[in-house]
Amino acid sequence: MVVDDTIERHTIAVLVDNEAGVLARVIGLFSGRGYNIESLTVAETDADEGISRITIVTSGTPMIIEQIKAQLDRLVPVHRVVDLTTEGASVERELALVKVAGKGNKRVEALRIADIFRARAIDSTNESFVFEISGATEKLNAFVDLMEPLGLVDVSRTGVVAIARGKSEL
Amino acid sequence: MAGKSMNGSEIIIQALLNEGVDTVFGYPGGAVLPIYDAIFQQNQLRHVLVRQEGGAVHMAEGYARSTGKVGVVLVTSGPGATNAVTGLTDALMDSIPIVCLTGQVPTHLIGNDAFQEADTTGITRPCTKHNYLVKRMEDLPRVMHEAFYVARSGRPGPVVIDLPKDILMGLGQYEDFSQVEHRTYQPTMKAGKSEIEKAVSMIASAKKPLFYCGGGVINSGPKASKQLGRLVKLTGAPITLTLMGLGAYPATDKQFLGMLGMHGTYEANLAMHDADLIVAVGARFDDRITGRLDAFAPNSEKIHIDIDPSSINKNVAVDLPIVGDVGSVLDQMLRVWKDKEFKTNARAMKAWWSQINDWRSMDCLKYDQSGSVIKPQFAIERLYENTKDMDCYITTEVGQHQMWAAQFYKFNEPNRWMTSGGLGTMGYGLPSAIGVQVAHPESLVVDISGEASFLMNMQEMSTAIQYRAPVKVFITNNQYMGMVRQWQELLHGGRYAESYTDALPDLVKLAEACQWVGLRAKRPDEVDDVIQEMIEIDRPVIADIWVDQTENCFPMIPSGAAHNEMLLGPEDEASKPVSEEGMVLV
Ligand SMILES: Cc1ncc(C[n+]2csc(CCOP(=O)(O)OP(=O)(O)O)c2C)c(N)n1
Ligand SMILES: [Mg+2]
Repeated sequence: MVVDDTIERHTIAVLVDNEAGVLARVIGLFSGRGYNIESLTVAETDADEGISRITIVTSGTPMIIEQIKAQLDRLVPVHRVVDLTTEGASVERELALVKVAGKGNKRVEALRIADIFRARAIDSTNESFVFEISGATEKLNAFVDLMEPLGLVDVSRTGVVAIARGKSEL
Repeated sequence: MAGKSMNGSEIIIQALLNEGVDTVFGYPGGAVLPIYDAIFQQNQLRHVLVRQEGGAVHMAEGYARSTGKVGVVLVTSGPGATNAVTGLTDALMDSIPIVCLTGQVPTHLIGNDAFQEADTTGITRPCTKHNYLVKRMEDLPRVMHEAFYVARSGRPGPVVIDLPKDILMGLGQYEDFSQVEHRTYQPTMKAGKSEIEKAVSMIASAKKPLFYCGGGVINSGPKASKQLGRLVKLTGAPITLTLMGLGAYPATDKQFLGMLGMHGTYEANLAMHDADLIVAVGARFDDRITGRLDAFAPNSEKIHIDIDPSSINKNVAVDLPIVGDVGSVLDQMLRVWKDKEFKTNARAMKAWWSQINDWRSMDCLKYDQSGSVIKPQFAIERLYENTKDMDCYITTEVGQHQMWAAQFYKFNEPNRWMTSGGLGTMGYGLPSAIGVQVAHPESLVVDISGEASFLMNMQEMSTAIQYRAPVKVFITNNQYMGMVRQWQELLHGGRYAESYTDALPDLVKLAEACQWVGLRAKRPDEVDDVIQEMIEIDRPVIADIWVDQTENCFPMIPSGAAHNEMLLGPEDEASKPVSEEGMVLV
């Protein structure tokens, strides 16, 4: 077998029983086996069934990505592991809160750029804004980069959430 | 399933009994006293008191591996639980089904650094297949049964249930959940029809096929070994086994090439290297097997049958992965092979066997027992010859003696061989042997041991006496951590740092002090007599066999080398120095 060692970025959705320690299991798996985590988000998505959805963005060779999925799948509280990158089209979003402090022209420029990026100001004082922006990771990166010279103070990001396109359930 | 009101400890015992458990290996302490009290007040469940909790897990492993049942351990919180960690890791690496009950401080004290508190679920998360902390009484019966299901299903492994003391004492209802289906954990048992057909036709059309089988065959149950035997016979192909797989195919059969890997036979390793089709069954291509990965079996297609999808394409990319229980998949393959009247290419097979027989004629395990010093290989070969017709189980410690045991003791049946393969835990063999003996009181159980390993868990000698477990510890005593000494010779210029077993107790006197019998052989002509006496004595025995201190274990594929770069003996050691990349590997 010819082995492909190009590094790929994958977004993986994992449905788990929302029980104590489940996140530690997932994170421990990644750190113990030396896999990358670019982003990880988790929240309960079905309170009646007690199910949480974890979205992990990771990178590795195709063999490593396959391993990651197999390793996740064998954790006992895991219901399903779906590789959104390979299984059909999906959409990804990330949300960030970005605090920018400044006066005068810089303040005007920050507002102008926020407008272009469709970021909303959700808090404002005489000397600062907090913007809410959502979109693809690259878009958030670009926005944060542009805010840097305009008085960037703080960034809080959710990490990526993703969902398959079309009508079917995960 | 109307429940009856009981306390947590009684619920635990009821659940154990309903899971068919007859023996628990354990050690008491404050946090588990309520369970001990409940054990005291019944007489269906036997408790074997060990001398250190590490021994309890290895005993349960020996019990499990020799019976195919789940081994059960009971230890207290804090140090009891942390002492169990080595055994749990061992069981995880070798896929041994264990349920380990650990005591815990009461729920309201968890997180307060209470006396004998340890974050047991945190510590054991990476060394168990799964673990639980029971915080609500109503979860206890379900968790107890679920733990057994998880431990034995799919690829087996150890499961920890951490039990706060208030749960052990609180009142609750017992319900039998042993038949309840698990919400998420449902391993794939059977393979798809097209995969099976593809696999069978690949075998039929191969010119140089080789079966490479491991512990998964044993875990699947004795029937899997039978089916494997049938398939191998039908195809006429050669077969090699991993350390964990020994016994899955009869070692005395002529299609068996011996063990493969770092200390495997010349013929098995070269057949791996030259095969055009490798049929991996319940084996995981670990680094002891593959040697240098980029040179591993370079011209072969590979079929990999395993119940654990994460074992497939982990180290080695394969052409046809088949996820399923080995026994069921072999069943399916046999049926297709017979129905469609497949045949292997007779001409190609003849050429393949003639090649293999050339390799065999190297006689790679030969040794020279001409002098007056006992060769360790000779000692183990004599042990085999003297016990081969008996109902006998063998355990080992870790080191050269372990590899010689694997090379020279021929297993014709599964479940007769217990060794620490994945973790390589010195001190495994004695407690494991006691666990085997407890399960098979009438059988002969021998721990093939090294003197250094024996010292690691020798406190369990006392357990053997208490439970009248007449285990035999057969020590190839070279006064060295022989395997360490061998690596120092090979890799570190013969500078034997700390590998001499200094201040070794007189093992015969030690035996006597512990109410065992101690025997000793110093010359080759004494070996048979000592073995016979050891077998005949109906008590635990140490047979202290003084062997050549300088003998090394060959063949050897040094770390970082390919299968065809094997060292066959001391002559090769000098002429093929180990590469720098090899030096960093273990
Ligand atoms: C718990 C543990 N510590 C250290 C090692 C490393 N190690 C592997 S073999 C060995 C020496 C074993 O010596 P002995 O039991 O006398 O066996 P021999 O190799 O001499 O047959 C050591 C120290 C190990 N495998 N396990
Ligand atoms: Mg030794």
